[in-house]
Amino acid sequence: MLVWIGVGVLGGGGAIARSRLDSFVQLRSAGELPRGTLAVNVLGSFCLGVLTGAGVSGEALLLGGTAVLGSFTTFSTWMFETERLAEEGEDRLAITNIAVSLVAGLLAAVIGWALGAAL
Amino acid sequence: MRDTLTDIGEVQLRHAEVGGGWRLHQLELAIFVGGVLGALARAGLSDVLPSDGRSWPWATFVANVIGTLLLGFFATRLQERLPPSTFRRPLLGTGFCGALTTFSTFQIELVVLVRHGHALLAGGYLVGSVAAGLASVYFATALTRRARLR
Repeated sequence: MLVWIGVGVLGGGGAIARSRLDSFVQLRSAGELPRGTLAVNVLGSFCLGVLTGAGVSGEALLLGGTAVLGSFTTFSTWMFETERLAEEGEDRLAITNIAVSLVAGLLAAVIGWALGAAL
Repeated sequence: MRDTLTDIGEVQLRHAEVGGGWRLHQLELAIFVGGVLGALARAGLSDVLPSDGRSWPWATFVANVIGTLLLGFFATRLQERLPPSTFRRPLLGTGFCGALTTFSTFQIELVVLVRHGHALLAGGYLVGSVAAGLASVYFATALTRRARLR
């Protein structure tokens, strides 16, 4: 029971942290590519890679991974922003947004994993 | 366009607008409450549908598709139909849908599947998630816009 309270609170904190970093990056980036969402997703994937590589499991992974990093990163906003780019005729930007997010996200996860395993 | 997406800049802009911290705290409280509910729903799903790293990660897939459908609905409705509201978007969009869906777990699941020798399944999961996500936004948007005309 107590762990679920932790999941809720840490999940809410992850959402606030996402909003802050997203705003921070987005206000400082030019162009149509949604770099704020890209930044949170790549950073979050790296951190989850570190946790997984370091062998964190059980309730620690539930709290640090599922709750904090799961909430910190977002799939829905990434998809929404991509679809709206396509809707506005920015097909190339939409495809770029998908490709860059996936390549950077997977790379970050793999590098984080290797780093966590080496710890 | 950035306007509806998340609260990109909104928190900081509002902060400047009202010249103080009170409004900022209220917006972040809305994001927090939505985030609590979204994270609990996602964690509950992964509790009911645990992932073994060797098969289709249903919990994350379902959370991501449902959260993306909801965001398409909320964002379209809030931007194009309802009068401006301060708290609905941070609560429902940034908070709830943002936290219900996850990118980091999605990426790690892909890496785990590949490490376990299921590269083809990983490829299917990647393409399936992106296709389902884009289709979710598209259909949620189209349905919400159509409902508006009635």
